[in-house]
Amino acid sequence: MVRLITHNLLACHAKGCTTNNFPLQIKDAQLALREAEFNPDFLRGFIPRIEWAALVSAARQLGDESLPNEVPEMIDDDFLRGLHHVLLEIHIDEGAMVCPNCGHVYPISSGIPNMLLAEHEIG
Amino acid sequence: MSRPELIAPPEIYYGDTEAKKYTNNTRIQQIQAEMTYRALELLNLPPDEPAFLLDIGCGSGLSGEILDEEGYLWAGVDIAPSMLEVALEREVEGDLFLHDIGQGFGFRPGSFDGAISISVLQWLLNAETSHPTSSPPHRLNRFFTTLHAALRNPARAVLQFYPTSDDQVQLITQIAQRAGFGGGVVVDYPNSKKARKVFLVLYVGDGGAAQVPRGLENEEPNEAEGRVKFEKRREREKRREKSGKTKVRDRDWILKKKDLYRRRGKEDVPHDSKYTGRKRKAVF
Repeated sequence: MVRLITHNLLACHAKGCTTNNFPLQIKDAQLALREAEFNPDFLRGFIPRIEWAALVSAARQLGDESLPNEVPEMIDDDFLRGLHHVLLEIHIDEGAMVCPNCGHVYPISSGIPNMLLAEHEIG
Repeated sequence: MSRPELIAPPEIYYGDTEAKKYTNNTRIQQIQAEMTYRALELLNLPPDEPAFLLDIGCGSGLSGEILDEEGYLWAGVDIAPSMLEVALEREVEGDLFLHDIGQGFGFRPGSFDGAISISVLQWLLNAETSHPTSSPPHRLNRFFTTLHAALRNPARAVLQFYPTSDDQVQLITQIAQRAGFGGGVVVDYPNSKKARKVFLVLYVGDGGAAQVPRGLENEEPNEAEGRVKFEKRREREKRREKSGKTKVRDRDWILKKKDLYRRRGKEDVPHDSKYTGRKRKAVF
């Protein structure tokens, strides 16, 4: 149940990994689509918090090309619906997330990513 | 009061059986729900504005279900895989993470509008190994500094926990303050043994201007509120009638008992007569 909304908030938190640790690369993803309730107010409030470039590249990795490269100036309903689909309805069920800096692998199994660190990686 | 955190680390204590037991226990469900509502009240989010919350130690999603009902979007972290499995079965809406909060969060700064945590912090107060990173102060420090970073400014975090002593409360508040949080401890029903609940209400930002809300006082909530005295006894008797057992005091039963005592050789068993087991008149 990793959705792109949380993927967009997630950076590597291993010891000493403080730069270039975002976004985590998605590997071998198996996707599932689950409908979610459309909430335009929430999305409007959430757009400033999104790292747009990371979201677009993650969506393209998962094979969704619907997002524009930049946030459009006019935010209309169609755009919000597209964003809603990408952010909240695409679930990564199996796969892994890999830190681009230190290479730590966070495996995802049955929708739950394993964020546990080994003793020597704890900051 | 039982202290599961003294028995085993959480990921082991909440194994498959304990996770199911915990989730299906209606009393735990009720207490968790009450505390979640109270935590949301203390969180004091602006009404009618959708928010993105972090549920720390979400477990099987007992609190998450309430967040769903209240219309919040949320992400939950927990260290017990069995609990998360139950949460998956219950189909909660939030994103779940298998995560040790004592290792710190990796969320980007300003990710969440608020955080709640129900009955979790006490689990951070035991050292599992002698490694320096597993000492309680180190883990608490990691937890609070990364939590502070992950919250927006301004935001609140409400963490309910069960401290065993005032020293623990002091340690936790001290580390939270060092991490940059304002706020303090709110104690509900401080004079009650059963209903007493400790909430750590933490602020990001606000410059310390905001006052810590007051705990609930007065009478503790009465579970049996609105019930008549002795109703329990009546219920018990009703149940006995249903289960087919007859009332004790009837003539046949008395005769049978007396016969049994005589056969066993008990002395002074009164002899039977027409008055044995006779119903008395209502005298007035």
